[in-house]
Amino acid sequence: MILTIKYFGMLAEVTECAEETITFSESTVSELLKMLLAKYPALEKKEFQVAQNQTLVSEDAQILNSEIVLLPPFAGG
Amino acid sequence: MNKERKPKAVFIEGAISAEFIGNSIAKHQTKTTIGAHDIFLGQVRADIIDGKTIKAIEYTAYEDMANEKFHEIREATFEKFNLTCMHIYHSLGKVNAGEICLFVFVSSPRRVEVFNAIEYLVNTIKEQVPIFGKEIFEDQSHQWKVNS
Repeated sequence: MILTIKYFGMLAEVTECAEETITFSESTVSELLKMLLAKYPALEKKEFQVAQNQTLVSEDAQILNSEIVLLPPFAGG
Repeated sequence: MNKERKPKAVFIEGAISAEFIGNSIAKHQTKTTIGAHDIFLGQVRADIIDGKTIKAIEYTAYEDMANEKFHEIREATFEKFNLTCMHIYHSLGKVNAGEICLFVFVSSPRRVEVFNAIEYLVNTIKEQVPIFGKEIFEDQSHQWKVNS
């Protein structure tokens, strides 16, 4: 499946892009993260959460949507 | 006008002006069941970190999720407290030190409700809404804001 991955804030600095498309053949968030960490080792040191369908998901969640978003710590206000 | 509560626009480009806040207060003079307003204003601080002063914060957000979250938080706050009305505005883009980046305004017949609602609202916004702040120093270097 083709996924669009979006990166915000400091994460976009690490990946040097705000979004990209990747081909993903496995099923869970943790499998996707493993792939992204291999591509961007510097992500390992960053704190972030993953959102799917505009909702935060855990690492064992299934990837059901074609858009996955990586969010650094929230800093509103 | 549709009376159903639809997601309202929260994000404003740049700083929130004193005029905007003043006008918002003035618009409530016709709502005479209100006996108490409470307002929270978030202002950008010129923190000094390792000898460098923060000049501005540049805000970005995952807007789709942020708008959804603001709507959820609004609905939850109306459920929890007896409020007549509620307004939330947050800046996107650059806001200089000393300028306002968050404006939260709640109104109710009675004061106890607004005191409790404003604290709940501001804390929940900071915790749950995907907004990010790039703190820009005078020399144009930057660091990422972390809420404490």
